[in-house]
Amino acid sequence: MTTFLGIPRRSRPSGHGMGHNGLPDSPLRGHTSFPDAARSAVGNTQLRRNLGNATATIRAKRAAVVGELDDWEALRDAGSAVKQQVMARLPELLEQLEAQVTARGGVVHWAADADEANRIVAGLVENSLQPGDAREAVKVKSMATQEIGLNEYLEERGIEAFETDLAELIVQLGGDTPSHILVPAIHRNRSEIREIFLREMPDAPADLSDEPRRLAMAAREHLRRKFLSAKVAISGANFAIAETGTLAVVESEGNGRMCLTLPETLITVMGIEKLLPTFADLEVFLQLLPRSSTGERMNPYTSLWTGVTPGDGPQNFHLVLLDNGRTNALADEVGRAALHCIRCSACLNVCPVYERAGGHAYGSVYPGPIGAVLTPQLTGIDGHDDPNASLPYASSLCGACFDACPVKIDIPSLLVELRGRVVDADRDRTIPGGWDAAMRAASWVMSSGKRFTAAEKAMKAGRVLAGKKHKISSLPPPLSAWTTSRDLPEPPRQTFHQRWRAEHGSSDDAPAPGGEPR
Amino acid sequence: MSRSRTAMLQRIREAIAGTPEPAPVPRDYRHTGDHPPGSPAVVELLVDRLVDYRADVRVLAPDELPAAVADALRPSGSVVLADDAPAELVDAASASTTQLIVDRRSAPLSAADLDHIDAVLTTAAVAIAVTGTIVLNAGPGQGRRAITLVPDRHLVVLRADQIVETVPEAIARLEESDTRPLTMISGPSATSDIELSRVEGVHGPRTLIVLIVR
Repeated sequence: MTTFLGIPRRSRPSGHGMGHNGLPDSPLRGHTSFPDAARSAVGNTQLRRNLGNATATIRAKRAAVVGELDDWEALRDAGSAVKQQVMARLPELLEQLEAQVTARGGVVHWAADADEANRIVAGLVENSLQPGDAREAVKVKSMATQEIGLNEYLEERGIEAFETDLAELIVQLGGDTPSHILVPAIHRNRSEIREIFLREMPDAPADLSDEPRRLAMAAREHLRRKFLSAKVAISGANFAIAETGTLAVVESEGNGRMCLTLPETLITVMGIEKLLPTFADLEVFLQLLPRSSTGERMNPYTSLWTGVTPGDGPQNFHLVLLDNGRTNALADEVGRAALHCIRCSACLNVCPVYERAGGHAYGSVYPGPIGAVLTPQLTGIDGHDDPNASLPYASSLCGACFDACPVKIDIPSLLVELRGRVVDADRDRTIPGGWDAAMRAASWVMSSGKRFTAAEKAMKAGRVLAGKKHKISSLPPPLSAWTTSRDLPEPPRQTFHQRWRAEHGSSDDAPAPGGEPR
Repeated sequence: MSRSRTAMLQRIREAIAGTPEPAPVPRDYRHTGDHPPGSPAVVELLVDRLVDYRADVRVLAPDELPAAVADALRPSGSVVLADDAPAELVDAASASTTQLIVDRRSAPLSAADLDHIDAVLTTAAVAIAVTGTIVLNAGPGQGRRAITLVPDRHLVVLRADQIVETVPEAIARLEESDTRPLTMISGPSATSDIELSRVEGVHGPRTLIVLIVR
């Protein structure tokens, strides 16, 4: 069954592996729907504790540094407006960026999808290596390269990509997938990290403790030689300035500076939406991003570079501009709004659903509230069985994400819009789904006083079902659709209608439900 | 040019066709701070922020600089400077017992060479008080990016008049950097990747010392 959910569809690269849901394996799509994946995640108490601690810490830090700026709302307004300008002027800005990067000695590549981007990067890495060089590249944490599954692609071709961000290293060594945009190993605690290091890092000291400082120093030693000898580095970009051709990477540890400075060749993969029109726009985004993201006034290191600087840093620079579903998203009003995202992850940290379910449940490298909007926009949706069709429902619509978003993306409204499209797509179905059938039945019952009274009487049976626990935990199908994921409270001894009758006399005085005369 | 370039630009044009002209960007945020660049209040704010990042900071009179540089370099066996470092810094560093190495653009040191050097001494372009940020723009005395990255101690000498209060003031000054590489440094390198607890000093210099000359 294929139902168009009003979300743009895009063609799939051929020759890709298929997941067991009949859809291609993709870093943007899991194998199970959000409710199923979330159920098992929520059952993991260690995960819930790790996530609860981490998100509470970062929420408090963010709130404190955002509170320091009395012009925060003005900055958000500016950030939002700049991003609207970027979307409206995207072709000219991309061409301007390309011209500037090229004029400064860089090479710009255009990749329509993940496959093409991977092919370009693998080819560039191959060309940069001399015979006898280790077939490897160092990497700065990048959402774009995760989205295209670059590490796996390179590995298949015998090129090892070393993640150098501490959290990414933890994820990579643990054979794991990231669960947060900013802190990919947020689901791991210190003792789990110690075990991973001892198991997977040959040079880890035998007496390694689980103290964060000791763990960080072990990672420093482990990566130091890689940085000093690497010939090729691969990065993403936080911003690209169209006016000057300048790229920006925002980071904390210095692994970014190492990768952007020491190797001979630098390859940067960037989504086409990451542009800013002018250098001056940095004055807005370098305030919005660190405070929203790590909850710092400024992150420890920000590197900006333009093409190639003779005698300083990589002498070969390649910029790969990635589409991979973005032009489809751009054509849709929901998708376009989601493309404003600067990947700060503030919406994840404030989301009650993310805090409990964690990032893996979303099945995409983009988890959390923005992921629930962005992921289905990038992949398109293939009917109800597509796990990504469940993502717009992975929210309580509490609105915390909208308040936290530094570029004012109205995520709750976008989710409601996507849900509405799911319902609209169902309206024309000849065989009604369970939800439709239930709504029609309820409407039939409620439109007649007699039927409503009869239904009220029938509800008493529910008190028997509820038993001593005073709640109903399982019902036969189709009602099981409700009770598999939640308990039904015991029906009250008396309904309001019955109580009114008991206290105010005959049923003739009672307001007639549905207004139908008896 | 590539087929994908044409296709992508075409798809973008179709996607945004008919989009109304977006509203002009409102820029009602603060552009300048409450205090002028280099004023005592701005210097004090920068010191406060840097200390918060666990950098070592000293504010000094011009004649105190040579002794302060020598003092800061004392624990280091070797120090690297850019080949266009100001004479007063070279002299100050020479006065210490530390071995002095100059990174010449004509014959730059390799990453492996730099890995054996204990410290680096540079100037800076601009500093932002409100965020505790020091910006290098490859200007005189700042050298190639690699020299401020590989050695484990970074000693920065700032003039008070280089310190602005806000981010927009700094960006305005940096527009003159043209397309030279910029490095913004806010404290020593750090990570919060393990349970969100901050650890200072990962891959970049683990010690950041800032000397501010009034």
